[in-house]
Amino acid sequence: MIADIHTAPKDIKVTLIQIEHLVKIYQLGEVDVHALRGVSVNVSKGEFVAIMGASGSGKSTFMNILGCLDKPTKGSYILEGTDVGKLSRDELAAIRNKKIGFVFQGFNLLSRTSALENVELPLFYGPTSTKARKAKGIEALERVGLGDRIHHYPNQLSGGQQQRVAIARALVNDPSIILADEPTGNLDSRTSVEVMGIFQELNNHGITVILVTHEPDIADFAKRHIVFRDGKIKTDKINNRTKVASEVIKELPLIDDDEEEAAA
Amino acid sequence: MKILNILLSAFRALQRNKMRSFLTMLGIIIGVGAVIAMLAIGQGAEYSVKEQIASLGTNVLMVYPGAQQQAGVRSAAGGATTLTEDDALAISKECPAVQYISPGSMAGGQIIAGNLNWSTGISGVGTDYLEIRQWPVEYGEFFTDLDVKAAAKVCILGKTVADNLFPESSPVDQTVRIRSVPFKVVGVLTKKGQNAMGQDQDDVILAPYTTVIRRLSHWPNLRFILVSATSLKDISAAQKQISDLLRMRHKIQPYDSDDFTIRNQTDLAATATATTDILTILLASIASVSLLVGGIGIMNIMLVSVTERTREIGIRMSIGARSRDILLQFLIEALVLSLLGGIIGIILGVAGSSVISSIAKWPTIVTAFSVILSFGFSIAIGIFFGYYPARKAAMLNPIDALRYE
Repeated sequence: MIADIHTAPKDIKVTLIQIEHLVKIYQLGEVDVHALRGVSVNVSKGEFVAIMGASGSGKSTFMNILGCLDKPTKGSYILEGTDVGKLSRDELAAIRNKKIGFVFQGFNLLSRTSALENVELPLFYGPTSTKARKAKGIEALERVGLGDRIHHYPNQLSGGQQQRVAIARALVNDPSIILADEPTGNLDSRTSVEVMGIFQELNNHGITVILVTHEPDIADFAKRHIVFRDGKIKTDKINNRTKVASEVIKELPLIDDDEEEAAA
Repeated sequence: MKILNILLSAFRALQRNKMRSFLTMLGIIIGVGAVIAMLAIGQGAEYSVKEQIASLGTNVLMVYPGAQQQAGVRSAAGGATTLTEDDALAISKECPAVQYISPGSMAGGQIIAGNLNWSTGISGVGTDYLEIRQWPVEYGEFFTDLDVKAAAKVCILGKTVADNLFPESSPVDQTVRIRSVPFKVVGVLTKKGQNAMGQDQDDVILAPYTTVIRRLSHWPNLRFILVSATSLKDISAAQKQISDLLRMRHKIQPYDSDDFTIRNQTDLAATATATTDILTILLASIASVSLLVGGIGIMNIMLVSVTERTREIGIRMSIGARSRDILLQFLIEALVLSLLGGIIGIILGVAGSSVISSIAKWPTIVTAFSVILSFGFSIAIGIFFGYYPARKAAMLNPIDALRYE
C-alpha cells in the first residue's frame, strides 16, 4: 500500500509530507468557520519543525489533519506517497498506529495503567506478539531515560516523567513522524528544556518531529519555523539560531524538581 | 488487538469500579438466579405430579358408568346403562389388549377395631387390583379368587387405616367391624402416598367387590372397572376394544353417545403436565423480567462508562485503535459483566433451589437445560444491551473524544 522509502540515503531530501491548498471549514450552526484557508507545505524526512501562531490561527486544526485525526474539507495531504484524504476511518487508524506518534500537552496517559502498559498500547492494535511487545516497550522507555520506572503508574510520576512516557509511547511503533502538540505546556521551564532535549536527540537519530507551540523559547529548539495566522501560513523559514537543549540546561539554575523526582 | 488482551483490560476496567461493577452484576445475578430457581420449582412440581400419576399405574384405564362422570343426571337415566359384573367378565374375555381387570364397587362407613374407630372408604375390588395398581402387600396377603366367589368377609388395610386402628399391634388376622359387619384382616398394603389430587391413597380398605356389594353397599352394579392394557402403547387399542364391546353389550345405537366413560392415566398425566408447564412458564417469565431489568442496568452503566472514558477512547483512537477495537472493548466489558453475573446467578440459583427444597419440602430439579438457557440468556443480554453503548463509543470522532473534558 505504501512504498517503503526508509532505505533512501540520508543526505538526499526525501519528501515525507506534501500538503497542497489545504482548506478546512467547520460548520458551527449556520456559521462557517474557516480554520484553514489554503495551506501548502512540504516536510522532508528528518526535519524538526515548529508550528507557531496565536490561538485561532489554525495551527491546531492543521496539526489534527497532519495527525490523521481529522480530514480536510479541500486540498490534498500526501503522507509518504499515500493520499490520506481518500482513506476510510479504519485506514486512518492504521496510519495513526504505524506512521504517527502523538505527544499531547496533557500527556494523555491512561491512568491506573503502568508506564510500560501505556507504552505498549499502540502495539496492541497491531500484529506484534506479546513477547516482542514487552521488549519494544522497555526499549522505548529506556530511550527516554525511564528504564527504571517501567512499572510506575502515571500518578507516581512527575509531569516531565509522564511526558517522557508519552514520548516513549509515540516512539514504540517506529513512526515516520512524531507530532507534539504543546508538549511543554504543562511543564516548568527546566523540565521543558529536558523534554525538548529528548526531541532533539530523537531528531538527531533521523526521526521527523513536528511541534506545535506558542512559546518562542520552545520553538527555538526546532530547525524550521512555520508561523500560522488566520488560517494561512504567514512565514516559513529555517531557524538559523537553533538552540541545543543539552547546552541550555547547563545554564539553568537547579531547582527542587530534580530532587523530588529522584525521591519519587 | 487480541481477545485475551481485551478480556484482561475489560477485567481491569471493571475492577476499577468494584462496587459499581458488582451492583450492575447484581441485576443479572438476581435475574439468572431467579430463573434457575423458578424453573427448578416448576420442574420439581412437574416431576412429582408425574411420579404420583405413575403411582396409579401407567397403562391403566378406568371405566365408569354414565355418559359423563360429572353429569350425574345422565348416568342415572336408564337402569340398563350401568356397568355390571357381566360387563367386566366380557371385557376380560373378549378384549385382547386388556391384561388385568378388576371390577369395582364402593362403600363408606365407620370401622371399629377394639376401642378405636376410623372413618374411610371401602373399595370392593377383584384379585387383579393390586397388579393393576402395582401396589405390593406389606404384611399378610391379598384375598383370593375363592374369597371373591364366596363373598368372604375379608379385607386388606391401607397403611393409614392400619396405623390408626392398630397403632401398636399387627392387624393381620384381627377383626374389624365395618358398619357392624365383622371382617377378617388378611394383610396391610405398602405406603403409596398422595395421588395427583393430593388425596391420601393409603386411607383405604380393600375387600372383594362381591362382599362390598352384598354386605355393605347393596347396590348391585359396579361403580367402576379398572383395567390395565398389555403395554403402554396398547392403551388406545384397549380403550377402543372396551368401548366397542360395551356399546354392543349395552345396545347403544350408532348415533347415541356412550353410557360409560373411559379415562386413561396418560390423559390425566397430559393434563397435569400441561398445568405444571404453565406454572413453570409463568414463574420463569416473571423471573426473566428481572433478568431484563438487569440487562437495562448493564446498558445504563456502560453508557455512563463510555461517557466517563471518552478521553480514554480518544487516546486509544489517536494511537491507532480502529472503531471495531473500541466496539469490541466495550462489548466485551458488558459481556464480562453479564457472564460473571450469569455464573454467580447460576450458582446462587442452584443453591437457592436446594434451600427451597429442604425448607419448604418442595421438590426442585435443576436441569442442564435451565442452566444452559440462563447462561445463554445472560450472554445474549450482554451482547444486546452492551452493543448500543459500545457502538456509541466506537463511533466517536477521535478529536472530539480527545478534547472531551
